[in-house]
Amino acid sequence: MIELKNVNKWYGEYHALNDVCGRVEKGQVLVVCGPSGSGKSTMIRTLNRLENIQKGDITVNGASIYDPRNDLNKLRASIGFVFQQFNLFPHYSVRENVTLSARKVFRMPAREADELAESLLAKVGLAHKIDAMPANLSGGQQQRVAIARALAQRPPVILFDEPTSALDPEMVNEVLCVMKQLAAEGMTMVVVTHEMDFAREVADRIWFMDAGCILEDSTPAEFFSAPRHPRARKFLEDVRH
Amino acid sequence: MDLDISFLLHGQYGELLLDGLKTTLLVFALSWLLGMALAVVIVLLRAIPFRPLDALMSLFVEYHRNVPTVVQIMVWYFGMPQVLPPGLKAYVNAGNTELLFAVIALSLNVSAYMSEDLRSGLKAIPAAQAEAGRAIGLGFLQSMRYVILPQALRIGVPPLVNRSLILFKDTSLTMVIGVTDLTYQAKNIDNLTFRTFDVFAVTTLIYLLCSLAIMLVGSRVEKAFPSAYKG
Amino acid sequence: MLDILQKYGAMFLVGSWPNGPLGGFAATLLLAVLGLGLAFPIAVLLGFARVGHYRLLRILATCWITAFRGVPLIMIIFWAYFAVPLVTGMTISAFKTALVAIVLYESAFLAEIVRAGLQGLPRGQTEAARAAGLSYWQSMRYVILPQALVNMIPSLVSQFVSTIKATSIVYVIGVEEVTFVGQQINSIELTSALQTYLILAGFYFAVCLALSRLAARIETRIQKRRLGLA
Repeated sequence: MIELKNVNKWYGEYHALNDVCGRVEKGQVLVVCGPSGSGKSTMIRTLNRLENIQKGDITVNGASIYDPRNDLNKLRASIGFVFQQFNLFPHYSVRENVTLSARKVFRMPAREADELAESLLAKVGLAHKIDAMPANLSGGQQQRVAIARALAQRPPVILFDEPTSALDPEMVNEVLCVMKQLAAEGMTMVVVTHEMDFAREVADRIWFMDAGCILEDSTPAEFFSAPRHPRARKFLEDVRH
Repeated sequence: MDLDISFLLHGQYGELLLDGLKTTLLVFALSWLLGMALAVVIVLLRAIPFRPLDALMSLFVEYHRNVPTVVQIMVWYFGMPQVLPPGLKAYVNAGNTELLFAVIALSLNVSAYMSEDLRSGLKAIPAAQAEAGRAIGLGFLQSMRYVILPQALRIGVPPLVNRSLILFKDTSLTMVIGVTDLTYQAKNIDNLTFRTFDVFAVTTLIYLLCSLAIMLVGSRVEKAFPSAYKG
Repeated sequence: MLDILQKYGAMFLVGSWPNGPLGGFAATLLLAVLGLGLAFPIAVLLGFARVGHYRLLRILATCWITAFRGVPLIMIIFWAYFAVPLVTGMTISAFKTALVAIVLYESAFLAEIVRAGLQGLPRGQTEAARAAGLSYWQSMRYVILPQALVNMIPSLVSQFVSTIKATSIVYVIGVEEVTFVGQQINSIELTSALQTYLILAGFYFAVCLALSRLAARIETRIQKRRLGLA
């Protein structure tokens, strides 16, 4: 579903992504973890070209993201992205936020888009807030709307960039529950997160990144019981305390 | 319409133009200095917890910010002599007071704006700084002078640079009361030679170069005196 | 002072209308409204050029903006008085000439307001719009512009105040707005110069102060709405 081949990115002199290679199969849940500055957010943002790369290639669902012959907007429309800061559109209601892409990019008729919005919001538990404005929602509610917004694109894969890092602790769970439900339904997901319990429960694969490299690429069982790389071991120790 | 500016570069017309530029710069410099000094005084006066004084200063500021500069100049030049005592009135009527009234009007005008720029700079400084000043034994005026005002000035640099630019352009308004500034001379030379395009082109270029110079100096000052706080 | 106001109040407000062109403060406001109204579309184009991807457009827009902000308005008015008849080949009224000057002058200031508005939104808004597959123009139309235009309103009102004050200069080419009327009245009532000019100042003071307060109130309301989010 997703393949990274020798991905390299520099910010000036700083080598942010160092020869990153990896695959995500359809239906897999990949969790990417690591200390701050490890490049994990940068990596996930290169998957839909919110950040550019200088070397290497990335293909999503068979199409190369960096091939100039491909329509980037169409490619992005087929990838769901959930931001750390939610980034809901404050001037639109929840309904309008969720249906915007469906209506303007996929040209879905209004009635159909509304039905889609209603079913997706019911799925994330916010059907009753369909006409509310984002300003009147809590952080957890906003993030769940953001997930519904991404689902409205009916994408084969959804990327999550630290989806719970900006939330107050009591709201983290409601978002993780939605994500676990999606995983159970077979959605292909790439999740950058610090929530190690979520990783242990739901991930099919874990990448540990540090200093722009993937240092560990293993199953949760292997990663949590016997990490190979010393920095991964240190990270797990720090996280446990 | 070919451009031939040689007649402006020397001889009597060159003299006139240069004289105009000198007057412009003189008016600018005097108004800026007086305006800044007055602005600091206003800020200090408004820091005194005495309501009527603050209201008076507020009126002063609002008058100068909401009335067009050219009208302010007119009020001074045409209006003020009317209320002067007879001795001064005679002096004024004897002539040559255009520059004086122009500078008075522009100084007051720019001081109102500058005082607001400084005050917003002051507001951006945490109260803890004043407390720290008092805690080490400095009196009110001393804390102002050594702790608060230097920091407020730094925050105020960008808006002050912008205001300086506006003041420079406003010097051109003084030509309406007969101050022989650059714009006045441009019109003057135009009347004498009918080479309108050439004169205007050169004058515009001079104004542009001066504006760019002010912007350049401004950004140097901003870099040299950075602020830990944003305005 | 009150007697001058009584005697010439109407003249201050509308000039010699209906026995002549519309003048006085009515002309002032008309000039300001038309000036900003016509300058705004130009400013939007300039603003987009300034934040856009094409270097040549960026440079051209910056040159235009720097030029009209670096030259005194009175010079621009004299230029217009000289150049407009030449360029159009016919004689244009002083009002229209002044309008041309004001439109060009204000376009530069409005362009900066537009630019600040476009750049003032959090980057996440553009990212979320593009991540959902919206094109550049779609993101502008549905996400960026609606928010940016609302955020620009206080600055636009402030600029309107500035424009009203700027129109006071156009009397030098014979436009019969309120400052011109003030000069006229002063030449009639020679011994009441101070009162005349204070009344003139008073017209501007009242209107501009009210508009400035309005701008401040709108700004607070927009800030409150914005903070209700973050």
